[in-house]
Amino acid sequence: MAYSTKVLDHYNNPRNVGSFEKDDPLVGTGVVGAPECGDVMKLQIKVNPLTGLIEDAKFKTFGCGSAIASSSLATEWIKGKSIDQALEIRNTEIVEELALPPVKVHCSVLAEDAIKAAIHNYQEKQANQPAEASAN
Amino acid sequence: MVRLPIYMDNNATTRTDPRVLEAMIPYFTERYGNSASRNHSFGWEAEEAVELAREQIGSLIGATAKEIIFTSGATESNNLAIKGVASMYKKKGNHIITAETEHKAVLDPCKRLERDGCEITFLPVDKEGRVSPEQVASAIKEKTILVSLMAGNNEIGTLHPLKEIGKICKEKGVLFHTDATQAAGKAPVDVEECGIDLLSLSAHKMYGPKGIGALSVRRKDPRVRLDALIDGGGHERGMRSGTLPVPSIVGFGMAAEIARKEMEAETARLQALRERLHRGISSRLGDVYLNGHPEFRLPGNLNLSFAFVEGEALMMGIKDVAVSSGSACTSASLEPSYVLKALGVGDELAHSSIRFGLGRFNTVEEVDHVIEDVVRAVNHLRDMSPLYEMHKQGIDLKTVQWAAH
Repeated sequence: MAYSTKVLDHYNNPRNVGSFEKDDPLVGTGVVGAPECGDVMKLQIKVNPLTGLIEDAKFKTFGCGSAIASSSLATEWIKGKSIDQALEIRNTEIVEELALPPVKVHCSVLAEDAIKAAIHNYQEKQANQPAEASAN
Repeated sequence: MVRLPIYMDNNATTRTDPRVLEAMIPYFTERYGNSASRNHSFGWEAEEAVELAREQIGSLIGATAKEIIFTSGATESNNLAIKGVASMYKKKGNHIITAETEHKAVLDPCKRLERDGCEITFLPVDKEGRVSPEQVASAIKEKTILVSLMAGNNEIGTLHPLKEIGKICKEKGVLFHTDATQAAGKAPVDVEECGIDLLSLSAHKMYGPKGIGALSVRRKDPRVRLDALIDGGGHERGMRSGTLPVPSIVGFGMAAEIARKEMEAETARLQALRERLHRGISSRLGDVYLNGHPEFRLPGNLNLSFAFVEGEALMMGIKDVAVSSGSACTSASLEPSYVLKALGVGDELAHSSIRFGLGRFNTVEEVDHVIEDVVRAVNHLRDMSPLYEMHKQGIDLKTVQWAAH
Protein backbone atom coordinates (compact mmCIF):
# COMPACT_ATOMS: atom_id res chain seq x y z
CA MET A 1 0.00 0.00 0.00
CA ALA A 2 1.49 3.31 -1.04
CA TYR A 3 0.98 6.47 0.99
CA SER A 4 -0.53 9.58 -0.57
CA THR A 5 1.77 12.54 -1.20
CA LYS A 6 -0.11 14.53 1.43
CA VAL A 7 0.32 11.86 4.11
CA LEU A 8 4.02 11.68 3.32
CA ASP A 9 4.33 15.47 3.47
CA HIS A 10 2.68 15.67 6.91
CA TYR A 11 4.75 12.72 8.12
CA ASN A 12 8.04 14.23 6.97
CA ASN A 13 7.16 17.83 7.86
CA PRO A 14 4.57 17.64 10.60
CA ARG A 15 2.90 21.01 11.34
CA ASN A 16 2.53 22.29 14.87
CA VAL A 17 4.30 19.54 16.80
CA GLY A 18 4.66 20.42 20.45
CA SER A 19 2.87 21.12 23.69
CA PHE A 20 1.31 24.03 25.55
CA GLU A 21 1.22 24.33 29.33
CA LYS A 22 -1.85 22.24 30.05
CA ASP A 23 -2.79 24.19 33.19
CA ASP A 24 -3.08 27.45 31.24
CA PRO A 25 -6.81 28.44 31.45
CA LEU A 26 -6.75 29.44 27.78
CA VAL A 27 -5.48 26.02 26.71
CA GLY A 28 -7.69 23.03 26.01
CA THR A 29 -6.11 19.56 25.90
CA GLY A 30 -7.57 16.44 24.35
CA VAL A 31 -5.89 13.02 24.62
CA VAL A 32 -7.60 10.19 22.74
CA GLY A 33 -6.72 6.62 21.91
CA ALA A 34 -4.67 4.08 23.88
CA PRO A 35 -1.17 2.67 23.52
CA GLU A 36 -2.43 -0.91 23.30
CA CYS A 37 -4.56 0.10 20.31
CA GLY A 38 -1.52 1.55 18.59
CA ASP A 39 -2.73 5.16 18.48
CA VAL A 40 -2.61 8.00 21.01
CA MET A 41 -3.24 11.59 19.92
CA LYS A 42 -2.76 14.62 22.09
CA LEU A 43 -4.20 17.79 20.55
CA GLN A 44 -4.12 21.18 22.25
CA ILE A 45 -5.78 24.48 21.38
CA LYS A 46 -4.99 27.96 22.66
CA VAL A 47 -7.95 30.34 22.53
CA ASN A 48 -7.68 34.11 22.28
CA PRO A 49 -10.02 35.37 25.05
CA LEU A 50 -10.79 38.63 23.18
CA THR A 51 -11.73 37.17 19.80
CA GLY A 52 -12.80 33.67 20.92
CA LEU A 53 -10.76 32.25 18.06
CA ILE A 54 -8.32 29.33 18.25
CA GLU A 55 -5.12 31.28 17.79
CA ASP A 56 -2.75 28.33 18.03
CA ALA A 57 -2.82 24.54 18.10
CA LYS A 58 -0.28 21.82 18.81
CA PHE A 59 -0.23 18.03 18.64
CA LYS A 60 1.78 14.99 19.55
CA THR A 61 0.83 11.60 18.16
CA PHE A 62 1.88 8.00 18.73
CA GLY A 63 0.57 6.08 15.77
CA CYS A 64 1.05 5.20 12.16
CA GLY A 65 1.86 7.73 9.43
CA SER A 66 -1.81 8.29 8.68
CA ALA A 67 -2.54 9.04 12.34
CA ILE A 68 0.34 11.53 12.43
CA ALA A 69 -0.85 13.16 9.20
CA SER A 70 -4.48 13.32 10.40
CA SER A 71 -3.55 15.11 13.61
CA SER A 72 -1.06 17.40 11.86
CA LEU A 73 -3.76 18.38 9.36
CA ALA A 74 -6.30 18.87 12.15
CA THR A 75 -4.09 21.42 13.90
CA GLU A 76 -3.61 23.24 10.62
CA TRP A 77 -7.35 23.41 9.96
CA ILE A 78 -8.50 24.58 13.40
CA LYS A 79 -6.02 27.44 13.67
CA GLY A 80 -7.85 30.76 13.21
CA LYS A 81 -11.26 29.11 13.50
CA SER A 82 -13.88 29.78 16.16
CA ILE A 83 -14.81 26.98 18.55
CA ASP A 84 -18.06 26.41 16.67
CA GLN A 85 -16.29 26.26 13.30
CA ALA A 86 -13.73 23.79 14.66
CA LEU A 87 -16.52 21.57 15.96
CA GLU A 88 -17.89 21.33 12.44
CA ILE A 89 -14.81 19.56 11.08
CA ARG A 90 -15.74 16.02 10.09
CA ASN A 91 -13.44 13.03 9.83
CA THR A 92 -14.64 12.45 6.26
CA GLU A 93 -13.06 15.76 5.24
CA ILE A 94 -9.74 14.54 6.63
CA VAL A 95 -10.13 11.23 4.78
CA GLU A 96 -10.75 13.12 1.56
CA GLU A 97 -7.92 15.62 1.98
CA LEU A 98 -5.32 12.94 2.83
CA ALA A 99 -6.76 10.29 0.47
CA LEU A 100 -6.81 7.76 3.32
CA PRO A 101 -7.66 4.16 2.40
CA PRO A 102 -10.54 2.42 4.26
CA VAL A 103 -8.23 0.72 6.80
CA LYS A 104 -6.98 4.17 7.88
CA VAL A 105 -10.35 5.83 8.36
CA HIS A 106 -10.08 5.26 12.11
CA CYS A 107 -7.09 7.66 12.15
CA SER A 108 -9.34 10.46 10.91
CA VAL A 109 -12.02 9.55 13.45
CA LEU A 110 -9.43 9.83 16.17
CA ALA A 111 -8.36 13.28 14.92
CA GLU A 112 -11.96 14.50 14.98
CA ASP A 113 -12.34 13.09 18.50
CA ALA A 114 -9.14 14.84 19.56
CA ILE A 115 -10.42 18.23 18.37
CA LYS A 116 -13.69 17.71 20.26
CA ALA A 117 -11.87 16.54 23.40
CA ALA A 118 -9.58 19.59 23.38
CA ILE A 119 -12.52 21.96 22.95
CA HIS A 120 -14.50 20.17 25.65
CA ASN A 121 -11.56 20.50 28.02
CA TYR A 122 -11.26 24.23 27.24
CA GLN A 123 -14.98 24.81 27.77
CA GLU A 124 -14.92 22.94 31.09
CA LYS A 125 -12.06 25.12 32.27
CA GLN A 126 -13.94 28.26 31.28
CA ALA A 127 -17.07 27.12 33.11
CA ASN A 128 -15.04 26.49 36.24
CA GLN A 129 -13.25 29.86 36.16
CA PRO A 130 -13.50 31.97 39.33
CA ALA A 131 -16.02 34.84 38.94
CA GLU A 132 -13.46 37.67 38.93
CA ALA A 133 -11.55 36.10 36.05
CA SER A 134 -14.61 35.71 33.83
CA ALA A 135 -15.77 39.26 34.67
CA ASN A 136 -12.93 40.74 32.58
CA MET B 1 28.16 3.59 -1.53
CA VAL B 2 25.16 1.50 -0.45
CA ARG B 3 22.59 0.66 -3.10
CA LEU B 4 19.03 1.52 -2.11
CA PRO B 5 16.56 0.15 -1.28
CA ILE B 6 18.10 -2.31 1.17
CA TYR B 7 16.40 -5.70 1.52
CA MET B 8 16.39 -6.78 5.17
CA ASP B 9 13.28 -8.95 5.24
CA ASN B 10 14.86 -12.36 4.68
CA ASN B 11 12.41 -14.09 7.02
CA ALA B 12 9.70 -13.23 4.49
CA THR B 13 11.58 -14.47 1.47
CA THR B 14 15.10 -14.48 0.07
CA ARG B 15 16.68 -13.55 -3.20
CA THR B 16 17.32 -16.57 -5.39
CA ASP B 17 21.05 -17.26 -5.30
CA PRO B 18 22.55 -16.76 -8.79
CA ARG B 19 24.13 -20.23 -8.54
CA VAL B 20 20.66 -21.67 -7.99
CA LEU B 21 19.19 -19.86 -10.97
CA GLU B 22 22.06 -20.99 -13.15
CA ALA B 23 21.45 -24.61 -12.23
CA MET B 24 17.74 -24.30 -13.05
CA ILE B 25 17.89 -22.74 -16.50
CA PRO B 26 18.82 -25.85 -18.56
CA TYR B 27 15.78 -27.59 -17.12
CA PHE B 28 13.54 -25.03 -18.78
CA THR B 29 15.27 -24.82 -22.13
CA GLU B 30 16.94 -28.17 -22.91
CA ARG B 31 16.17 -30.82 -20.33
CA TYR B 32 12.47 -30.17 -20.09
CA GLY B 33 11.29 -33.76 -19.80
CA ASN B 34 8.67 -35.06 -17.39
CA SER B 35 10.46 -36.99 -14.66
CA ALA B 36 7.65 -39.54 -14.74
CA SER B 37 8.31 -40.39 -18.41
CA ARG B 38 9.98 -43.78 -18.12
CA ASN B 39 10.58 -44.52 -21.78
CA HIS B 40 12.87 -41.85 -23.21
CA SER B 41 15.99 -39.90 -22.39
CA PHE B 42 14.14 -36.64 -21.68
CA GLY B 43 12.32 -38.36 -18.84
CA TRP B 44 15.46 -40.11 -17.62
CA GLU B 45 17.55 -36.98 -17.34
CA ALA B 46 14.71 -35.15 -15.58
CA GLU B 47 14.34 -38.03 -13.14
CA GLU B 48 18.08 -38.10 -12.52
CA ALA B 49 18.01 -34.38 -11.70
CA VAL B 50 15.09 -34.84 -9.31
CA GLU B 51 16.84 -37.72 -7.55
CA LEU B 52 19.99 -35.64 -7.12
CA ALA B 53 17.88 -32.86 -5.58
CA ARG B 54 16.32 -35.36 -3.15
CA GLU B 55 19.83 -36.35 -2.08
CA GLN B 56 20.89 -32.72 -1.65
CA ILE B 57 17.79 -31.80 0.37
CA GLY B 58 17.93 -34.97 2.45
CA SER B 59 21.60 -34.33 3.31
CA LEU B 60 20.76 -30.91 4.69
CA ILE B 61 18.42 -32.38 7.31
CA GLY B 62 19.88 -35.85 7.85
CA ALA B 63 17.13 -37.62 5.91
CA THR B 64 17.46 -40.07 3.05
CA ALA B 65 16.55 -39.12 -0.51
CA LYS B 66 13.57 -41.48 -0.46
CA GLU B 67 12.04 -39.64 2.48
CA ILE B 68 11.68 -36.36 0.57
CA ILE B 69 8.19 -35.63 -0.79
CA PHE B 70 7.98 -32.55 -2.99
CA THR B 71 5.13 -30.08 -2.43
CA SER B 72 4.28 -26.54 -3.52
CA GLY B 73 5.81 -25.07 -0.38
CA ALA B 74 5.85 -25.25 3.39
CA THR B 75 2.18 -24.33 3.74
CA GLU B 76 1.25 -27.43 1.77
CA SER B 77 3.83 -29.51 3.64
CA ASN B 78 2.37 -28.47 6.99
CA ASN B 79 -1.16 -29.19 5.80
CA LEU B 80 -0.13 -32.59 4.45
CA ALA B 81 1.71 -33.52 7.64
CA ILE B 82 -1.04 -32.47 10.04
CA LYS B 83 -4.16 -33.43 8.11
CA GLY B 84 -2.47 -36.48 6.62
CA VAL B 85 -1.55 -37.84 10.05
CA ALA B 86 -4.93 -36.95 11.59
CA SER B 87 -6.72 -38.86 8.86
CA MET B 88 -4.37 -41.86 8.69
CA TYR B 89 -4.11 -42.38 12.46
CA LYS B 90 -7.68 -41.53 13.47
CA LYS B 91 -8.22 -45.01 14.86
CA LYS B 92 -5.28 -44.50 17.20
CA GLY B 93 -6.35 -41.10 18.49
CA ASN B 94 -7.43 -37.58 17.71
CA HIS B 95 -5.31 -35.35 19.91
CA ILE B 96 -2.65 -33.03 18.48
CA ILE B 97 -0.25 -30.79 20.40
CA THR B 98 1.13 -27.57 18.97
CA ALA B 99 2.04 -24.10 20.28
CA GLU B 100 0.48 -20.63 20.20
CA THR B 101 3.40 -19.12 18.29
CA GLU B 102 3.31 -21.48 15.31
CA HIS B 103 2.87 -20.15 11.79
CA LYS B 104 -0.71 -19.87 10.53
CA ALA B 105 0.06 -22.72 8.14
CA VAL B 106 0.19 -24.98 11.21
CA LEU B 107 -2.40 -23.25 13.41
CA ASP B 108 -5.12 -23.06 10.79
CA PRO B 109 -4.99 -26.73 9.71
CA CYS B 110 -5.15 -27.59 13.43
CA LYS B 111 -8.16 -25.32 13.90
CA ARG B 112 -9.91 -26.92 10.94
CA LEU B 113 -9.30 -30.36 12.45
CA GLU B 114 -10.64 -29.06 15.75
CA ARG B 115 -13.88 -28.09 14.03
CA ASP B 116 -13.98 -31.59 12.54
CA GLY B 117 -13.77 -33.25 15.94
CA CYS B 118 -10.07 -33.43 16.79
CA GLU B 119 -8.76 -32.16 20.09
CA ILE B 120 -5.92 -29.65 19.82
CA THR B 121 -3.67 -28.40 22.62
CA PHE B 122 -2.09 -25.01 21.88
CA LEU B 123 0.81 -24.82 24.32
CA PRO B 124 1.73 -21.41 25.70
CA VAL B 125 5.38 -20.27 25.39
CA ASP B 126 7.72 -18.60 27.88
CA LYS B 127 8.60 -14.91 27.56
CA GLU B 128 11.37 -15.73 25.12
CA GLY B 129 9.09 -17.83 22.95
CA ARG B 130 10.15 -21.35 23.94
CA VAL B 131 8.15 -24.44 24.75
CA SER B 132 9.79 -26.72 27.31
CA PRO B 133 10.13 -30.51 26.94
CA GLU B 134 8.25 -30.85 30.26
CA GLN B 135 5.28 -28.96 28.85
CA VAL B 136 5.14 -31.35 25.92
CA ALA B 137 5.51 -34.39 28.17
CA SER B 138 2.66 -33.37 30.42
CA ALA B 139 0.38 -32.51 27.50
CA ILE B 140 0.72 -35.95 25.87
CA LYS B 141 -2.14 -38.35 26.62
CA GLU B 142 -3.38 -41.66 25.36
CA LYS B 143 -5.20 -40.16 22.39
CA THR B 144 -2.23 -38.02 21.27
CA ILE B 145 -1.09 -38.83 17.74
CA LEU B 146 1.08 -35.85 16.80
CA VAL B 147 3.22 -33.06 18.23
CA SER B 148 3.85 -30.20 15.81
CA LEU B 149 6.40 -27.58 16.85
CA MET B 150 8.41 -25.31 14.60
CA ALA B 151 12.21 -25.36 14.55
CA GLY B 152 12.72 -21.58 14.27
CA ASN B 153 10.05 -18.91 14.64
CA ASN B 154 9.42 -16.68 11.63
CA GLU B 155 8.80 -13.51 13.66
CA ILE B 156 11.09 -13.70 16.65
CA GLY B 157 13.59 -16.32 15.49
CA THR B 158 13.32 -18.43 18.66
CA LEU B 159 14.56 -22.03 18.35
CA HIS B 160 12.72 -24.71 20.32
CA PRO B 161 14.64 -27.50 22.12
CA LEU B 162 13.81 -30.01 19.37
CA LYS B 163 16.15 -32.74 20.49
CA GLU B 164 14.65 -33.01 23.97
CA ILE B 165 11.10 -32.74 22.62
CA GLY B 166 11.82 -35.36 19.96
CA LYS B 167 13.09 -37.73 22.63
CA ILE B 168 9.88 -37.40 24.62
CA CYS B 169 7.76 -38.04 21.53
CA LYS B 170 9.78 -41.19 20.79
CA GLU B 171 9.38 -42.46 24.35
CA LYS B 172 5.64 -41.90 24.27
CA GLY B 173 5.17 -43.24 20.76
CA VAL B 174 3.81 -39.98 19.35
CA LEU B 175 4.74 -38.67 15.90
CA PHE B 176 6.80 -35.48 15.85
CA HIS B 177 6.39 -32.92 13.06
CA THR B 178 8.52 -29.80 12.81
CA ASP B 179 8.04 -26.84 10.51
CA ALA B 180 11.67 -26.08 9.64
CA THR B 181 10.85 -23.45 7.01
CA GLN B 182 12.88 -20.77 8.77
CA ALA B 183 15.56 -22.88 10.41
CA ALA B 184 16.61 -25.24 7.63
CA GLY B 185 19.88 -24.11 6.13
CA LYS B 186 20.30 -21.49 8.89
CA ALA B 187 20.62 -23.62 12.00
CA PRO B 188 21.49 -27.32 12.31
CA VAL B 189 18.32 -29.45 12.12
CA ASP B 190 18.78 -33.21 11.86
CA VAL B 191 15.82 -35.57 11.73
CA GLU B 192 17.82 -38.45 13.23
CA GLU B 193 19.41 -36.48 16.03
CA CYS B 194 16.14 -34.74 16.95
CA GLY B 195 13.82 -37.71 16.44
CA ILE B 196 11.74 -35.85 13.85
CA ASP B 197 9.24 -37.93 11.90
CA LEU B 198 7.92 -35.23 9.58
CA LEU B 199 9.71 -32.03 8.58
CA SER B 200 8.45 -29.18 6.40
CA LEU B 201 10.73 -27.17 4.13
CA SER B 202 10.43 -24.28 1.71
CA ALA B 203 12.97 -23.42 -0.99
CA HIS B 204 12.42 -19.68 -1.14
CA LYS B 205 13.47 -19.12 2.48
CA MET B 206 16.89 -20.58 1.67
CA TYR B 207 17.75 -18.68 -1.51
CA GLY B 208 15.86 -21.07 -3.76
CA PRO B 209 12.85 -20.45 -6.00
CA LYS B 210 9.30 -19.79 -4.78
CA GLY B 211 6.56 -22.38 -5.24
CA ILE B 212 8.52 -25.46 -4.24
CA GLY B 213 8.82 -27.13 -0.86
CA ALA B 214 9.12 -30.55 0.66
CA LEU B 215 7.90 -32.73 3.45
CA SER B 216 10.38 -35.23 4.80
CA VAL B 217 8.45 -38.35 5.81
CA ARG B 218 10.27 -40.92 7.94
CA ARG B 219 10.49 -44.37 6.34
CA LYS B 220 11.58 -46.46 9.30
CA ASP B 221 11.45 -46.45 13.11
CA PRO B 222 8.60 -45.75 12.62
CA ARG B 223 7.43 -45.90 9.01
CA VAL B 224 5.11 -42.89 8.85
CA ARG B 225 2.04 -43.13 6.67
CA LEU B 226 -0.09 -40.23 5.47
CA ASP B 227 -3.43 -39.82 3.77
CA ALA B 228 -2.81 -37.69 0.68
CA LEU B 229 -4.52 -34.34 0.24
CA ILE B 230 -4.07 -34.36 -3.53
CA ASP B 231 -4.94 -37.51 -5.45
CA GLY B 232 -3.98 -38.25 -9.03
CA GLY B 233 -1.14 -40.00 -10.77
CA GLY B 234 0.32 -41.43 -7.59
CA HIS B 235 3.56 -39.44 -7.64
CA GLU B 236 5.70 -39.10 -4.53
CA ARG B 237 4.87 -42.51 -3.10
CA GLY B 238 1.19 -41.68 -3.52
CA MET B 239 1.39 -38.93 -0.93
CA ARG B 240 1.34 -36.03 -3.38
CA SER B 241 0.23 -36.46 -6.96
CA GLY B 242 1.11 -34.01 -9.71
CA THR B 243 3.88 -33.67 -12.28
CA LEU B 244 7.06 -32.57 -10.57
CA PRO B 245 8.27 -29.03 -11.36
CA VAL B 246 11.74 -30.20 -12.33
CA PRO B 247 13.47 -26.78 -12.73
CA SER B 248 12.21 -25.68 -9.30
CA ILE B 249 13.29 -28.95 -7.74
CA VAL B 250 16.76 -28.63 -9.26
CA GLY B 251 16.97 -25.11 -7.82
CA PHE B 252 15.75 -26.29 -4.43
CA GLY B 253 18.41 -29.02 -4.44
CA MET B 254 21.16 -26.59 -5.30
CA ALA B 255 19.95 -24.16 -2.63
CA ALA B 256 20.05 -26.95 -0.03
CA GLU B 257 23.53 -28.01 -1.13
CA ILE B 258 24.87 -24.44 -0.85
CA ALA B 259 23.16 -23.96 2.51
CA ARG B 260 24.69 -27.16 3.89
CA LYS B 261 28.19 -26.33 2.72
CA GLU B 262 28.16 -22.69 3.74
CA MET B 263 26.03 -22.80 6.88
CA GLU B 264 28.85 -22.64 9.36
CA ALA B 265 30.57 -19.64 7.77
CA GLU B 266 27.30 -17.92 7.00
CA THR B 267 25.99 -18.36 10.54
CA ALA B 268 29.10 -16.70 11.95
CA ARG B 269 28.85 -13.84 9.46
CA LEU B 270 25.12 -13.27 10.05
CA GLN B 271 25.49 -13.37 13.81
CA ALA B 272 28.21 -10.74 13.60
CA LEU B 273 26.02 -8.54 11.39
CA ARG B 274 23.08 -9.01 13.72
CA GLU B 275 25.15 -8.07 16.77
CA ARG B 276 26.50 -5.02 14.96
CA LEU B 277 22.95 -3.94 14.10
CA HIS B 278 21.63 -4.59 17.61
CA ARG B 279 24.54 -2.87 19.35
CA GLY B 280 24.59 0.02 16.88
CA ILE B 281 20.93 0.76 17.57
CA SER B 282 20.86 0.07 21.33
CA SER B 283 23.97 2.12 22.04
CA ARG B 284 22.30 5.21 20.57
CA LEU B 285 18.66 4.77 21.58
CA GLY B 286 17.12 4.05 24.97
CA ASP B 287 14.07 1.88 25.60
CA VAL B 288 14.77 -0.63 22.85
CA TYR B 289 13.75 -4.20 23.72
CA LEU B 290 14.74 -7.50 22.13
CA ASN B 291 11.87 -9.87 21.36
CA GLY B 292 12.67 -13.56 21.41
CA HIS B 293 15.58 -15.47 22.88
CA PRO B 294 19.02 -13.82 23.11
CA GLU B 295 20.85 -17.07 22.45
CA PHE B 296 18.53 -19.71 20.96
CA ARG B 297 17.56 -17.80 17.84
CA LEU B 298 18.00 -17.81 14.07
CA PRO B 299 21.29 -16.12 13.21
CA GLY B 300 19.80 -13.49 10.89
CA ASN B 301 16.75 -12.54 12.92
CA LEU B 302 16.59 -9.41 15.06
CA ASN B 303 13.19 -8.39 16.41
CA LEU B 304 13.18 -5.14 18.39
CA SER B 305 10.50 -3.05 20.03
CA PHE B 306 11.07 0.70 20.05
CA ALA B 307 9.02 2.01 22.95
CA PHE B 308 6.81 5.10 22.35
CA VAL B 309 7.03 4.70 18.56
CA GLU B 310 4.53 2.88 16.36
CA GLY B 311 5.97 0.26 14.01
CA GLU B 312 4.35 1.27 10.76
CA ALA B 313 5.30 4.91 11.28
CA LEU B 314 8.86 3.77 11.88
CA MET B 315 8.82 1.76 8.67
CA MET B 316 7.72 4.91 6.83
CA GLY B 317 10.68 6.69 8.36
CA ILE B 318 13.12 4.09 7.05
CA LYS B 319 11.51 3.87 3.64
CA ASP B 320 14.70 2.73 1.90
CA VAL B 321 14.89 -0.35 4.12
CA ALA B 322 12.57 -3.32 3.64
CA VAL B 323 11.67 -4.81 7.06
CA SER B 324 8.48 -6.05 8.78
CA SER B 325 6.51 -4.96 11.80
CA GLY B 326 4.27 -6.71 14.31
CA SER B 327 2.17 -3.57 14.44
CA ALA B 328 -1.54 -3.94 13.83
CA CYS B 329 -1.38 -1.22 11.23
CA THR B 330 0.58 -3.48 8.93
CA SER B 331 -1.92 -6.31 9.15
CA ALA B 332 -5.36 -6.45 7.62
CA SER B 333 -6.86 -7.55 10.93
CA LEU B 334 -5.78 -4.46 12.91
CA GLU B 335 -4.55 -6.85 15.59
CA PRO B 336 -0.92 -6.73 16.66
CA SER B 337 1.25 -9.82 16.23
CA TYR B 338 -0.19 -12.88 17.98
CA VAL B 339 3.35 -14.20 18.39
CA LEU B 340 4.48 -11.17 20.40
CA LYS B 341 1.25 -11.30 22.40
CA ALA B 342 1.97 -14.95 23.25
CA LEU B 343 5.32 -13.86 24.74
CA GLY B 344 3.45 -11.55 27.08
CA VAL B 345 4.93 -8.51 25.36
CA GLY B 346 2.36 -5.78 26.02
CA ASP B 347 0.23 -4.73 23.09
CA GLU B 348 1.90 -1.32 23.02
CA LEU B 349 5.32 -2.94 22.53
CA ALA B 350 3.90 -5.29 19.92
CA HIS B 351 2.75 -2.22 17.99
CA SER B 352 6.31 -0.87 18.29
CA SER B 353 8.13 -3.90 16.93
CA ILE B 354 10.31 -4.20 13.86
CA ARG B 355 11.69 -7.46 12.46
CA PHE B 356 15.05 -7.17 10.75
CA GLY B 357 15.80 -10.27 8.69
CA LEU B 358 19.46 -10.38 7.70
CA GLY B 359 20.50 -12.70 4.92
CA ARG B 360 23.24 -13.96 2.65
CA PHE B 361 23.39 -10.80 0.55
CA ASN B 362 23.43 -8.18 3.30
CA THR B 363 26.66 -6.28 3.92
CA VAL B 364 28.30 -4.41 6.79
CA GLU B 365 27.76 -1.16 4.87
CA GLU B 366 24.04 -1.89 4.66
CA VAL B 367 23.85 -2.61 8.37
CA ASP B 368 25.56 0.70 9.15
CA HIS B 369 23.18 2.54 6.84
CA VAL B 370 20.18 0.91 8.55
CA ILE B 371 21.49 1.89 12.00
CA GLU B 372 21.66 5.55 10.92
CA ASP B 373 18.19 5.43 9.37
CA VAL B 374 16.60 3.77 12.40
CA VAL B 375 18.18 6.13 14.92
CA ARG B 376 17.11 9.18 12.94
CA ALA B 377 13.55 7.93 12.40
CA VAL B 378 13.04 6.86 16.03
CA ASN B 379 14.25 10.24 17.29
CA HIS B 380 12.00 12.05 14.81
CA LEU B 381 8.98 10.02 15.97
CA ARG B 382 9.75 10.23 19.67
CA ASP B 383 9.92 14.02 19.34
CA MET B 384 6.29 13.92 18.33
CA SER B 385 5.19 11.08 20.60
CA PRO B 386 2.90 12.01 23.52
CA LEU B 387 3.93 8.75 25.20
CA TYR B 388 7.61 9.67 25.09
CA GLU B 389 6.77 13.10 26.52
CA MET B 390 4.87 11.50 29.40
CA HIS B 391 7.66 9.00 29.97
CA LYS B 392 10.19 11.83 30.21
CA GLN B 393 7.94 13.60 32.72
CA GLY B 394 8.15 10.48 34.86
CA ILE B 395 4.58 9.35 34.27
CA ASP B 396 4.09 5.58 34.39
CA LEU B 397 2.08 4.89 31.24
CA LYS B 398 0.54 1.81 32.83
CA THR B 399 -1.23 3.97 35.44
CA VAL B 400 -2.86 6.25 32.86
CA GLN B 401 -6.58 5.84 32.25
CA TRP B 402 -6.76 5.69 28.45
CA ALA B 403 -9.86 6.41 26.44
CA ALA B 404 -9.65 3.23 24.39
CA HIS B 405 -11.40 3.29 21.06
